[in-house]
Amino acid sequence: MTNLMAMPLVLPILMAVLLIFLRNYRYVQRVLVVVTLLVMIGMSIVLLQHVHTDGILRLDFGGWQPPFGILFVADPFAVLLVLIATIVTLFCMVYAFSSFSARYERMFAYPLMLLMLAGVNGSFLTGDIFNLFVCFEVMLLASYALIALGGRTEQLRESLKYVITNIIASWLFLVAIAFLYGTIGTLNMAHIAQRVQEVGSDPLITTIALFFLIVFALKGGLLLFFWLPGSYSVPPVPIAAMFGALLTKVGMYAIIRTFTLMFTAQPEITHQLITIMAIITLIAGSLGALAYRDIRQIAAFNVIIGVGFVLLALGANNEAAYAGAIYYMMHDMVGKAMLFLICGTMIYLTKQERYDDMSGLIRHYPLFGWMFLVVMVSLTGMPPFSGFVGKVMMGEGLVASGSYVSLAIGFGASVIILYSLLRVMLHAIFGETMIADEDKVKLPKPMLLSIVVLGAVSLYLGTSAEMVLPYVTDAARVLADPSIYIEAILGK
Amino acid sequence: METLMILLIGVLVSVATYLVLSRNVIRVILGTAVLSHAVHLLILTIGEVKKGEAPLLGNQTADGPYTDALPQALILTAIVISFAVTAFVLVLAFRAYKTNGTDDLEKLRGDEYD
Repeated sequence: MTNLMAMPLVLPILMAVLLIFLRNYRYVQRVLVVVTLLVMIGMSIVLLQHVHTDGILRLDFGGWQPPFGILFVADPFAVLLVLIATIVTLFCMVYAFSSFSARYERMFAYPLMLLMLAGVNGSFLTGDIFNLFVCFEVMLLASYALIALGGRTEQLRESLKYVITNIIASWLFLVAIAFLYGTIGTLNMAHIAQRVQEVGSDPLITTIALFFLIVFALKGGLLLFFWLPGSYSVPPVPIAAMFGALLTKVGMYAIIRTFTLMFTAQPEITHQLITIMAIITLIAGSLGALAYRDIRQIAAFNVIIGVGFVLLALGANNEAAYAGAIYYMMHDMVGKAMLFLICGTMIYLTKQERYDDMSGLIRHYPLFGWMFLVVMVSLTGMPPFSGFVGKVMMGEGLVASGSYVSLAIGFGASVIILYSLLRVMLHAIFGETMIADEDKVKLPKPMLLSIVVLGAVSLYLGTSAEMVLPYVTDAARVLADPSIYIEAILGK
Repeated sequence: METLMILLIGVLVSVATYLVLSRNVIRVILGTAVLSHAVHLLILTIGEVKKGEAPLLGNQTADGPYTDALPQALILTAIVISFAVTAFVLVLAFRAYKTNGTDDLEKLRGDEYD
């Protein structure tokens, strides 16, 4: 049963290897991708149920007992994110079936997307800090290839910057791991947490914690997001949607995991710093979302606002705030994938990139136009969609801890999200149509289908909050009380 | 020995920083390669150089202390990864040079969003 935990990593890698040999059989590739992802979704649900009833599970590779071997840990937080990541990937793939040209499909786009998902899932599930580095690299190498795939001038230009930035960040990650190992003498995350607790507040460990913070902030787009808008707007639409939905979430997950489990000794330095960074991120992201007229840039800056909002939870540091952060992260993965797919579709339909060059899309594509309203309402955090639940719980947590500045700026940013997307809606979706009936580009069904289904997932997360909440509160309890995690791994 | 290693690492990091900050893409890539060597040496140094016996299971004759083998495993993994990444980024830089007609990062800045 515990072997199931390795599947979100193993299955996509095996399938990606198989697909490389099926390069020229496009339809076989598509069928295999969909089947794989459906199986993975099924297994994640089973795993989630299992973790919910039996508590945190662990899988020791090679039978090495912790803290000696590398292990995978299925705690509710990780499994929830694995589930949502797989769902989002499935619909990005379905969208890709009609948006990729045959050349892309032969250039290993699907295997690379599966490999990226494998890296993302591995990063969520691993319980070993060096293995986290390895999973990061699996994910990043696939993303390096995906961002450059197609070889257009601006793709190659942006990918170089993206790759070099990430190489430097990975280097810092290794330096941080080296110092951590030198100080603490272990790499197992639960064991690190235990030893750090024994040592207490040691300035050396706090310095190492700040090293990790810089690394994950670079990967997650917390304050150090300068590379993000450029690189997220160049790849093809479904790939950009996967980037926007998954890549920053891994960085956010790593920040939340390390700073709730391992580096909790001096919150007045580390957690305070994260809060300040999150607030600046929210403000800068809001300014960016208002400043640009290119809809891909607006979408990219919306990603940044999401990062800032989720990480406000670390400043509050209580169960309600973590529950809100987890719920909001799940919502954000679905919402951002949907936003990127919609923006890409708008560019596909109009051949324009700026929203003031588009007009009246709802005339020809009524359902698509209403889907824009759905994503706008959902990202703003209005009921009945998923953003609402996360925001309410986050608000409760922030009030309980008395962080009113975070509260005001976090909720103020929602208004900016609404405004930035409402401008696009009024200009591009409503208004006089600019496309004559004979010039109308057909909107392929699979594209619309994946957008609609993502909207439905968002609606489900919002309306069936009672079904989802038990799992989320489970996850938040583990984050608020690290001893649950440590005991599950190392025993009493 | 450790002090010498740390000094060497410091030299490597400063050389690499100089290279990474230059405008030429190939120099930047060479800089990242030097950076990765520096961090491998750092991990090695942190595992304490040259102490104790080989930590083998069948090694009954030696009675400790044993050398920590983990840093070497970490370095091996890190070398493989940095090798793959460097190979990839070299190819990417070559393609970017062919397509954009320049290897100067100032000119690769892009003007559409400025």
